[in-house]
Amino acid sequence: MSEHLSALIVVLPLLAAPVCLLLRQTRMVRAWTSIVAWACLCMALTLLERVHTGGVITYAMGGWDPPLGIEYRLDALNAYLLVIVTAIASVVFPSGVILTDTSLPEGKAHLYFAALLLCLAGLLGITSTGDLFNVFVFVEITSLSSYTLISLGKNRQALTAAFSYLVMGTIGGTFLLVGIGFLYQVTGTLNMNDLALRLPELLGSRTILAGFAFLMVGGSIKLAVFPLHQWLPNAYTHAPAAVSAFIAATATKVSYYLLARIIFTVFGAAFVFDALHLHWLLMPLAIAAMFAGSLAAVFQTDLKRLLAYSSIAQIGYMTLGLCMASETGLTGGIVHLFNHALMKGGLFLAVACVVMRTGSSSVNAISGLGRKMPLTMAAIVVGGLSLIGVPGTAGFISKWYLVVGALERGWYAVSVLILLSSLIAVVYVWRLVETAFFGVPEHEVCEVPWTSWLPTWILIGATLVFGIWTDVTVGGASAAARALLGVTP
Amino acid sequence: MSIKPPMRMREKVLLRVASKAFIPLILLFALYVQFHGDFGPGGGFQAGVIFAAGFVLFGLIFGLEALQQVVPWSIVERAVALGLLVYGGVGVSCILRGGRFLDYGVLDHHSPMHGQHLGILIIELGVGLTVAATMLAIFYAMAGRGRA
Repeated sequence: MSEHLSALIVVLPLLAAPVCLLLRQTRMVRAWTSIVAWACLCMALTLLERVHTGGVITYAMGGWDPPLGIEYRLDALNAYLLVIVTAIASVVFPSGVILTDTSLPEGKAHLYFAALLLCLAGLLGITSTGDLFNVFVFVEITSLSSYTLISLGKNRQALTAAFSYLVMGTIGGTFLLVGIGFLYQVTGTLNMNDLALRLPELLGSRTILAGFAFLMVGGSIKLAVFPLHQWLPNAYTHAPAAVSAFIAATATKVSYYLLARIIFTVFGAAFVFDALHLHWLLMPLAIAAMFAGSLAAVFQTDLKRLLAYSSIAQIGYMTLGLCMASETGLTGGIVHLFNHALMKGGLFLAVACVVMRTGSSSVNAISGLGRKMPLTMAAIVVGGLSLIGVPGTAGFISKWYLVVGALERGWYAVSVLILLSSLIAVVYVWRLVETAFFGVPEHEVCEVPWTSWLPTWILIGATLVFGIWTDVTVGGASAAARALLGVTP
Repeated sequence: MSIKPPMRMREKVLLRVASKAFIPLILLFALYVQFHGDFGPGGGFQAGVIFAAGFVLFGLIFGLEALQQVVPWSIVERAVALGLLVYGGVGVSCILRGGRFLDYGVLDHHSPMHGQHLGILIIELGVGLTVAATMLAIFYAMAGRGRA
């Protein structure tokens, strides 16, 4: 069985979703979803360990050998991503806040869990496959299930938020498909490694250039790179809080992976950065995202919207790592995928706890809750410190690598800008601290049950652990960066 | 002078008789497209849509309530899941028989070609089931709007 793990990690959640429709009872479906997520985490950890010891794992779907058949291909980068996605799923799915602030009709919860599992299957599929068209199929599975999940938010605005995400997501998906079509038209192959072999002699072709542009724009919409981020704040704000936690911590990470894979594996860094100078386009956008996202977060009155704008800034940091195209820069970007998944997942779960008790996610709702809900508020403070990048938290590690990467490239101004934009994060995090600990309590509430605060603290605690003990996170990320750049260790 | 209320579809003899004659033929044609799909044009998706079209026609003529008595919502929902499970189940059973996921060749011990044939047949059945049920689910959702 063990050689089938790279297929089973996608197949299991994909087939577990229809099982939810047969089980029907909310309690059983909840347990089932959690078990599936944990099983996926175990598989992902096994695969990561195996990639680090034995090198690239390939799997030919249906026994059809690549490049004709669909190939699943795991290297240090996608195995790392699989661990991020499954880890977040296995913390968020069992959490007590999973059904908080959803608008599910009576007896329909099993459909919600089926959509969660489909979303997980799609994300794992995008990450594992080595076939460009297969990527598109999984992008659609992920997107369709996330539109459903977002539209289940409590407020009616959730519907418009989901719809505008649907429009933007469909445009992004179509751009990806057009790009893939152009590449296929010229090369006659969809396998990423085969494309990488055939593309170098065709790079002058205008079709290939147009295909590359389509792929970049489509991927950037899905990743919510700065000017294409308009769908993100509304989607994260109006989705159920646990869905925001899951999607914010995983979906953008997987889109980032997709962009990195297309740039480095399919087209090659030499073409993208030396010939096309893509970094002179992406870098200003990344820096603009860091400042615009953080500044917008300062002025938000809703906790979820604040976190969403902060996500846009964090996506800026990750994109910056991509632009550096050096081992240190990419390590910073990739380790920030992991660290940001932990802190944003944890923070959104903490907000879900607030919503559970107060029924509101506005910043005023946490006024004075520092005494009433000490664990939840402490989680928000620690997660916020990690967003700023205070030493001892995971956020510090990723920013450290990004700054060092910028200095290595001689981009001194960029490293200063990274530090300056972190200072803006101090402002919005301090607002939360001030409201929570120095405000007057508005609600008579008590701490949430352990099933809700424990998952929050698993993620927030992990940001503290991985802020000090970085062997696994940075080691995995630098192995992933080397795999992307084609450097043999 | 009172205005006559518009006739309901089921009160129109022509529609009722014609649809009663057509529905069995539509379902039969769907089965033909389903099982002849590997020799001619067709397959699970098309067959599923045609099969569902038979039920949709019944619903249009005789009303949503009558259709939901024939195919209740709970069956539709389970059929959607079941079709996907049939598809995935074939893939998993290929692994259990020592092949790769969806490697139908191992389904028949004597000849891989028969295995491929059997595999695609069952998989298309799963596709047909899910597509037909999904079409009905969409019809129920659209037609039932504003009623619940």
